[in-house]
Order: sequence, then structure tokens, then C-alpha cells
Amino acid sequence: MSEFIKPELVCPAGTPASLRTAVDAGADSVYCGFKGPTNARNFPGLNFTKAELSESVKYAHDKDAMVLAAINSFPTAGRTDIWKKSVDDAVELGIDAVIIADIGMAKYVAETHPDQRLHLSVQAGASSPEAINFYVERFNVKRVVLPRILTVPEIKRVHDAIDCEIEAFVFGNIGMMAEGRCSLTNYVTGISTNMDGVCSPASHVDYEPDEEDGLTTRLGDFAIDCISCGETAGYPTICKGRYDTAHKKNYYAFEEPISLNLTRLLPDLMRAGVTALKIEGRQRSRAYIRSVVSAFRDAVDAYAAGDEPDITELIALTEGHKETQGAFKSKSWR
Amino acid sequence: MPLFAMQPILRRIVRHVAQLHPELFERLGDSCSKQFLIDAKGMPFLLLLRPDPENLMLVAKSRHAEIPYDVLVSGKFVTLLRMIDSKTDSDALFFNRDIAVTGDTEAIVALRNALDDMDATLADDVATAFGPLRGPVRASIDAANKIVGSKT
Repeated sequence: MSEFIKPELVCPAGTPASLRTAVDAGADSVYCGFKGPTNARNFPGLNFTKAELSESVKYAHDKDAMVLAAINSFPTAGRTDIWKKSVDDAVELGIDAVIIADIGMAKYVAETHPDQRLHLSVQAGASSPEAINFYVERFNVKRVVLPRILTVPEIKRVHDAIDCEIEAFVFGNIGMMAEGRCSLTNYVTGISTNMDGVCSPASHVDYEPDEEDGLTTRLGDFAIDCISCGETAGYPTICKGRYDTAHKKNYYAFEEPISLNLTRLLPDLMRAGVTALKIEGRQRSRAYIRSVVSAFRDAVDAYAAGDEPDITELIALTEGHKETQGAFKSKSWR
Repeated sequence: MPLFAMQPILRRIVRHVAQLHPELFERLGDSCSKQFLIDAKGMPFLLLLRPDPENLMLVAKSRHAEIPYDVLVSGKFVTLLRMIDSKTDSDALFFNRDIAVTGDTEAIVALRNALDDMDATLADDVATAFGPLRGPVRASIDAANKIVGSKT
């Protein structure tokens, strides 16, 4: 007999086909966003039109899965109507929850659509019981997606002091910046991760091969990595680039290309009171979603049944073929 | 097979896929006018794709020719085949340096995402473009997939 309540498995989808793949692979819920700047994965060719989301919601609901709309970037003055329309459209389509980061949008949802279930995005950066309870009390937030800066014991303490559910990231891309606060892309390209919804916009990324099978990665005017022949690559983000500093040459000054993988901590997270386990990767392919969602479906079901899951295949899908348990295991995870 | 003999086959394939998946062009947006040069290592020729619904093009080009392009994608033929068929993750292939991309990154990201939104595999679509010959064509593609699948 298991000691756990089986958590909800929350999976990513960047396209309608990915959403169907996630549902078919065993997702309890799928999160996705509209085309445009209103969500934090505003990449070319990605995301949903209103018509696509409508069909996708029907597909998921027919298979007893939920759909969560990520409207989790920060509107700026003069542009709030785009975010409000996204909220209105999502509500009209019968979305199961709206994921919001901006406090103004949280107020808009609470006042305009008081019956709509509201989740607080990781982008809101709410990590203390005081901050979380503020959103719960003011805007009736039902779930918080915790920033990836807390240890499991800290998550347990947060859980014991708040009046809403906790969703925690368990796999995928991870940065060492506090979510919703990073301006590195903005600094180099003029495009904001938090307000335009795109970190390292593809329009500013350039890969320059050399004759020795090396590769220089550039973002805007800056070389952010030089990869030698045989070395693995990572996402073209400033935080995972290599730099020369006064103390060290050609090293990962911020963080190595690496993926979060909390498979081994799943029982601890479940004991800490985490309601939902989130897989990152709306920008990834259907092949990734199929593999990762299936693996986590098996892992969660196995742990819930008191068995040990086989988790060896997930490493092949990690960035740089390296994995970390990040701050969940230790505050100094480097 | 000489290049001139391949061109009508490639034209047939690209028109057939475009007809089956008009939504692909919406996802591509402005990138549909870009020229994608595909270097499948081990093949005796290069492929040049322009996924513009008004001016579709998929042609074979000599490896010795000077070919203007916006994006160059290169990798082993079977690796590229498995990628467009959604059998392997393109980001993982890129991290592992099994595929390389140079040129207009925005265009290749849009193309990757547009192709990834197709439920049917591209291999199926290519096979059906050959009408009564779809069986043998599909079998050949599956055999190529199996060869690389057993090596990875």
C-alpha cells in the first residue's frame, strides 16, 4: 500500500500535435499558450490559435485530461488588451485553469472571471508563504508553481503555511536566475524574456561552424560559447555560455548546460505535499514529449504503487546530457 | 539516379505534402519564403527547399554547385529522416551535435515546429505521394529507419 497521494502530472505542449501526444502518453494536464507575447515560450512556429486551442481542449477533455493556459508574461502599458483578450479567450474555451504571473492580470481574472480557476506562474517568483497567501487571499489563487530555488524541506514548510496547492518543476531546462527577474536577453537583444515572452530569440541567434568541426554560438553581437569538436552543445542562452574572466578562461561563468531531473526526489516531493509535478519543455518536439511524459507517467505510478521505477532513459533527453537536482537537493548545486 | 530524373519526383512529394498540410504554412509565417539547404551526409546530392505555398520548391542540387541559401541543415540522412518523422528529438540531436544548423535560426526553428505539428509522419505522406507504389516506398523508409534505430 502506498504512502502517497498520486500527484497530477502536468506536461508541456507547444503545438496541437504535442498536446495530443502528451495526453496520449499519460498527462493528467497539459499547459500551453497562445501565439504571441502573452506566454513565456513565444518562439517561431510555436503555440496555439484560438481555434487550435478550442479543438485541443475538446481532445483533452474527451480523454479526461485538463488543459491549463499559460498567460504568464508581463504586459506593459498600452499592451494590456492583448493579455486580457487571451484570458477572455481561454475562459470562453473552457480552460481548466489560467496560469498568471502579472499581478494586474491576476486582478483582471479574479474580477472579470471570478469562477475561473487561477494558478500563479513560476514567473511570479512567489516563494514565501506571505507572498503566496497574498495571491490566495486577494485573487483566489488555487495553486502556486514554485520557483526552482527551494529545497524539499523548504517546500514542505511552505506547504504547511499556505492555503493553496503546490506545483513543482521536476524535469527540463533550468536556469539559476530567479524566475521572472532575468534581464540578460533584454540586455543583449532589446527583447524581454519577461515582457515579450522569449529568452534568446531565434532571430538573434547565430551558429557559426569552423573548419575543425567547432561551433561558435552568438546572441546578437556577442559570442556566448565556442564549442570544440566532440563537445556537446546547449541552448543558446547567456546564462549557459562560456566566458573569459579575470580569474578563469573559457568557463561557464553562470551555469553549465544541464537539465533538472528530480526523478529520484519524487517520493520526497510527494511527501512534502506537492500536488502537481511539472515537466518543462513547450519548445521541445513531440518525440521529447512522448518519451518524457511516458517515463514520468510510469515513474509516478510506480512510486505511488510502492515500486521502484526505471528512469535510466531520461538522461539522453537532457541538455548537454547532464542532469542536476538543482536547489531542490542543495542550495549550492553547482 | 541523375539529378534531372529526381526533380519531378521531388516536385510531386512537396506538392503532395503541401496539399495534405496547409496548416504548415501558417506556422511557418514569414519563414516560408526562405531557402533551406539540406545536406544529408552520405547522399550524392543536396536538397533545396522553399516551403512557399505560392512558389513551392524542392529540388536536388549537385554538391559541386554554388547554392544560395538562408539556412543550412546537415546531418546523416537517416538521422534527418528520423527527426522529420518525429522519431527522435531535434534539440537532443543538436545538443549531441548529430545535426548542425547555420544561417537563419528563426527560419529553421519555425520549420522544425511546423513539421513537428504534423500528426501523420512525413514518411507516410511521402509514401502516399507515390500512389500505387506507396507500399514499397514506405517499406524502404522503414528499412532505413530500422538500420539507424539499431545503431542508436
